[in-house]
Amino acid sequence: MAYNFLEFEKPLAELENRIEDLRLAAGGQVDAEDEIKKLSKKADELREKIFSGLNAWQKTQVARHQDRPNTEDYIGLLTQGFTEMHGDRLFAEDPAIMGGMAWFNGFPVVIIGHNKGRTTKDRLKRNFGWPHPEGYRKALRLMKFAEKFDRPIITFIDTAGAYPGIGAEERGQSEAIARNLLVMSGLKVPVVAVVIGEGGSGGALAIGVANRVLMLEHAIYSVISPEGCASILWKDGSKAPDAAELLKLTAQDSLKLGIIDEVIKEPLGGAHRNYELAAKNIEKALKKHLSELIAMSPDELVADRYEKFRAIGSFTTPPGAKNA
Amino acid sequence: MAWFKKVKAPKAQQPEKKVKIPEGLWVKCDNCKEIVYKKEIDKNLKVCPKCDYHFRITARERLDLIADEGSLVELFPDIAPRDFLEFKDTVRYRDKLKSSQEATGLKDAIIAGEARIGGYPVTVAVLDFGFMGGSMGSVVGEKIALAAENSLEKDMPFITFSSSGGARMQEGLVSLMQMAKTSSAVARLGAKGIPFISVLTDPTFGGVSASFSSLGDIIIAEPRSLIGFAGPRVIEQTIKKQLPEGFQRAEFQLEHGQVDMIIDRKHMKETLVNTLAFFRGNAK
Repeated sequence: MAYNFLEFEKPLAELENRIEDLRLAAGGQVDAEDEIKKLSKKADELREKIFSGLNAWQKTQVARHQDRPNTEDYIGLLTQGFTEMHGDRLFAEDPAIMGGMAWFNGFPVVIIGHNKGRTTKDRLKRNFGWPHPEGYRKALRLMKFAEKFDRPIITFIDTAGAYPGIGAEERGQSEAIARNLLVMSGLKVPVVAVVIGEGGSGGALAIGVANRVLMLEHAIYSVISPEGCASILWKDGSKAPDAAELLKLTAQDSLKLGIIDEVIKEPLGGAHRNYELAAKNIEKALKKHLSELIAMSPDELVADRYEKFRAIGSFTTPPGAKNA
Repeated sequence: MAWFKKVKAPKAQQPEKKVKIPEGLWVKCDNCKEIVYKKEIDKNLKVCPKCDYHFRITARERLDLIADEGSLVELFPDIAPRDFLEFKDTVRYRDKLKSSQEATGLKDAIIAGEARIGGYPVTVAVLDFGFMGGSMGSVVGEKIALAAENSLEKDMPFITFSSSGGARMQEGLVSLMQMAKTSSAVARLGAKGIPFISVLTDPTFGGVSASFSSLGDIIIAEPRSLIGFAGPRVIEQTIKKQLPEGFQRAEFQLEHGQVDMIIDRKHMKETLVNTLAFFRGNAK
């Protein structure tokens, strides 16, 4: 398979192309096989070296990689019998967020996730994964549906953000996001969110108020896009790599900040190199967290979620100072 | 009018430089561009007497306008921000905090307190745009949550005044999570039937408008306030079109069903008292 290599993967791309050429030319000759083996080992080492030391901007590129598995891919790999549900019952169907009923590990669950799309046509249809208010309101409808029928909720986060457009504003983008945050905080069923690619600001959080928040190894989660941050700070969007560092947007940083519960390992070279393995790792993590959550009572689940987000924040209070 | 044009034409190039406005005595209205005597604006609750434009006011000024005299007891005044990400762009976040604190006399972009409004006890939280654009980081998030919890404990209506550009970048993902924290806190009020009144003032955007601010049982906006999720510049860059006149103003939000009412500053307290009476008053 031909991969779409990123700029920093260039040495790796050259090596892999050479191996591919050799393979085509060799046709099973023994001495060529030895050479291929040697080069493959070298490629593995190089891949290991590159991907163990990715900086924040490189991770941002991996997180946004055009071949990165998306919600639809994971639904196919992780669940059985998925039935998609559509529409917010208020205005429209927004394909930037998809969701429906499925079975995970034998249990009926509701799945909701952003979807950036794969082909050009699909991407256009899905507005490149930038949801409008109706996307969030559909998600809300599905979450309430899950609660009504006592089914756990799994969400997949992968969006650059909520769409900044005229229609979105007219129909209350702010309210749609805010309402989701409010309702999610009180859901009486287990909720697990997995940031699979790009966790872009409020548009990501709007399906992310979960009992457990997990992130793939090279996913990002940020209050503002590196480009947006750079254009505010330096009036220069091309300084996005610097902004990415400042924002501490990697999975590893998010874990250190106490915002997420687990970093899920990706296949070497990124999730797009091996969909099945990426899905397997997610499956393992989901099983673990869901089994813990299913043992909790509805009230415990609500309290657990409230406390989780209530505790996030870093500030000082002088010793001895009374807060009231 | 030809005579006027003829005489003044050569000098019309630089009239602004010629007019010397004594510092602080006169103010140019942001809206109608009229030069107005500052004392007159102050007397008029910081509203332009010529065009009714509502100037942005500080959190303290806001509290003076709505709380019964002498009734305010500030809550959680000692909670202060810290630069836990060691964020540094052109200036370090810690230095920006320091200069904002010196300029405003506030620890962060919010004042929370207990007060009486028309005799009704309430918990109130007011954002201050003058402190880093009223942005919501850990301190704003924590104080909104604590104030809401105070309302919950003491069974008091909760009132917020928002004026904010959104989440505070300098605290990264922790700022984003304040949206979930504050929304969860007001959700608890709702579950207990405690009223939450959200007042949106100029400007209210991003992480603040997409969290607690949009969740009031009653949402009130000040006239002409810019209110929205994404800022107008971001939208223009995305859709590559000019935005229509009046886009995202309070009047636009009213027309699109996003706010209950637009109330000018003069009538804000009276409206709050009326609303509180509806929630908490006796039969008339």
